[in-house]
Parts: sequence; structure tokens; C-alpha cells
Amino acid sequence: MHFRFTESAIDTESSRGELQTSSAGGYVSFEGWVRDLNEGQEVTRLEYEAFEELAVKEGDRIVAEALRRFPVKRALCIHRVGSLELGDMAVWVGVSSAHRGEAFDACRFIIDEVKHRVPIWKKEHYRSGDSGWVNCERCATAPQHSHAEQAEHAEHANHHHNRVALPNSK
Amino acid sequence: MNRDKAALRYHGKTQLDRAFELAGRHVAHVFVSVRADQTLDPTRAQRPMIVDSAGEGPIAGIRSALAAHPKVAWLVLACDLPYLSDGALDYLLRRRDATAFATAYKSAHDGLPEPLCAIWEPSAAEALADYQTGGGHCPRKFLIRHGARLLEPQDTRALDNVNTPEEYTQAIATLDKAPMQLKIQYYALMREQAGRSEETLETSASTPAGLYEELVARYGFTLSRDQLKVAVNSEFSDWSRKLEVGDAVVFIPPVAGG
Repeated sequence: MHFRFTESAIDTESSRGELQTSSAGGYVSFEGWVRDLNEGQEVTRLEYEAFEELAVKEGDRIVAEALRRFPVKRALCIHRVGSLELGDMAVWVGVSSAHRGEAFDACRFIIDEVKHRVPIWKKEHYRSGDSGWVNCERCATAPQHSHAEQAEHAEHANHHHNRVALPNSK
Repeated sequence: MNRDKAALRYHGKTQLDRAFELAGRHVAHVFVSVRADQTLDPTRAQRPMIVDSAGEGPIAGIRSALAAHPKVAWLVLACDLPYLSDGALDYLLRRRDATAFATAYKSAHDGLPEPLCAIWEPSAAEALADYQTGGGHCPRKFLIRHGARLLEPQDTRALDNVNTPEEYTQAIATLDKAPMQLKIQYYALMREQAGRSEETLETSASTPAGLYEELVARYGFTLSRDQLKVAVNSEFSDWSRKLEVGDAVVFIPPVAGG
């Protein structure tokens, strides 16, 4: 199992431990955090909801794809569900590898694909008292975006600060 | 078509039996309205009856029912509505207006009231008697004249009746695509719009695309189909996949993980 959900805080230390192997020379991780601003609206908290049965399958497939495409050792993705406060970690991706280049690539691939393919939904609650399902409400009557537009849109709506743990050797 | 329409068979059951089963799922007691000369008719004989006591025709049946149990409202159904569904009855019953003489669907064909798939209130009894004494015999004209709470039909075919052998053949063919039970789960925006996270429902839709159309009519989902993906039995699916009894269907709104 390369992908899982948790209803409590993501334990990055023990997750990182799952990636350790003597053939890995380093590890790259990505953490997605709840940010206070999205598309000009002040966000106060988030709720994540997932169709877990399918989401776990699709998440697993994404990580398995990453392991095939990039010569990395191990990879894992953990996503929160439930109610999250500002600063909480919503998602964690970790990849261990012999060399750093492919670890960065694989980590980037996994988070990008997870955002586009895994049935997870995010409801934002705003300072104004309003709330909304991201990607569902404002463009509810718009025609389907092309794949490129979707990628751009998702990038736009990205809540996260990238925190990369540098490989500790090489 | 010169045959007793209550005795026509669909899937081996008479239309009368089907109507009893259907109505029995929604009301406390079900009766068949009969003329005095029908009480021994084999199709009807085993059923609780309301025998006409006030002239002839459908209006006599309605008046006789209101006279037999004057304090209750009556859900009146014609015995030639093979397409009538739980959904259509449920929709009617939920919108009952007890202050009107009746709550009825508008005909999908001419917009006029459908008196024989309608809830008739006790308060209509006296006006019906006056109407009949004055020479009236058509319950539809009665509702047009006296007013009723009218509902737009949700399923335009639900009240189609069977009057010719061709229509009977057509009804059998259509009903052979027997409605099947599916399990639907709703997430995120669609969960909120449907007001539920899952349900088991009967549908005659044979594909996820047809099912979504039905559910949009019921719940007013704002997402268009091309914004969604669909999963059947926890795996992504085509919109044109043939659905099977017991399938679990999930419509997937635009995702926003990460």
C-alpha cells in the first residue's frame, strides 16, 4: 500500500521511516499545508472528504506508476480527511532514492497526479462566513476544462508551501 | 380496447395487483372501486371494495369512497396506469395540499388536471355531489371548475395510460426493461445538494448517463455531466456502461485533493 488516508495529524517521522532502506542515499518530501488565502478569499478552515475505496486504489496506482517511471527506491503518500485548521498538513508525499534528481521528479509527479486524479474534495470556509467546494461551485456551469487548463487551475488553487527536505548526503 | 384494463397482465401480474402493491407502499389501506355488477368479478373479488353508491363512472367511485370513509383523504388511481412509479406517487403525496379539493398532476400532454392519479380531500365531497346533481360527470372538468393544487409531472410518461392493443404491447416491452435497484453514494457538493450521502433506488435508466439525467431532475444538481466522472462498484467507468442490478454508482465531482 503506497497511499492511505488518516483522520489525525500525519506522522511524518514514522512515515519517513517507512522509506528508509540502505540503498537509498536520500529522501525528498512534499507537505501540503492549509493556507489562509485562496483566490482572494480569507480561508479559516478546510474540510476534506474522499471516496476512500476508489481514492486508495487510484492513489496506489499513481505511486506505483511513479515507481515504474523513475528509478527511485520507495514512495508513499498520505492524505488527511476531516476538518483541518490553518497550518495543518493536508497531504504528505515522500520518496527515497539513490540519487536526488529522480526523487524530486517522482515526488513532483505523485503530488501533481494526486491532485488531478484522486477523488478527494475540499470545502473551504471563509472569514466572510461563506463556504464552497473548490473547483465545483464557481465553475459549476462552465464547460469542462481542457486538461492543460485544469492543471493551471489546480496550480492556481494550490494552497501549499513547498517544504523540501534536502537529501542528507551526496 | 374492449378488454378489462385492470386485468391486463404485466410480468405475470394483473394491473390491479400491481396497483395494489404500488399503492400499498404509500397508504394505509387500499380498495378497488367497483360497480355493483362487478363485485363477483374474479380480478377484483379478493380485494377490499368500495361499491358505487352514487351513480356511474369515476366520479361515482370517488364520491362513494368519500362517503364510505368521510374523514380521510383518498389517493385515487386509475387502473390503467402501468408506468406509474413509487417516485411519482411519493412526489404527489409529499406535495399534498389539504386545503384544496384535490392535489393532482397536470397532464404531460395538455396541462389539464389528472383526476385519476390525485389526492381527493374530504372537503370535495359536497361540491362533487352538487356537481353530479347538476349533470356533471367528468372529474377532470370538476377540478378545472373548482380548482385543485396542480403539480408539474416529473416523469412525463408516468401517467400514460393504455387504451389500445398497440399501447399495451408497448407498455409490456418498456416494463420488460424492469426497473432495477442500484445503490448511489453522493459526495461533497452533490451530497449536500441531494441531502443524503447514499440511497438505494429503483431506476429504469440502463447507463450511468441516463441515471444522472434522472437524478438531476430529482435533485437539481448544478454540475453538468461533462464536469463529472463516474464510478461503478468502486472503479472508474464509462458513462455508457450497462448497469446491472445491485451496482453501486458514485458520481465524482471535480476533485481538489492536495
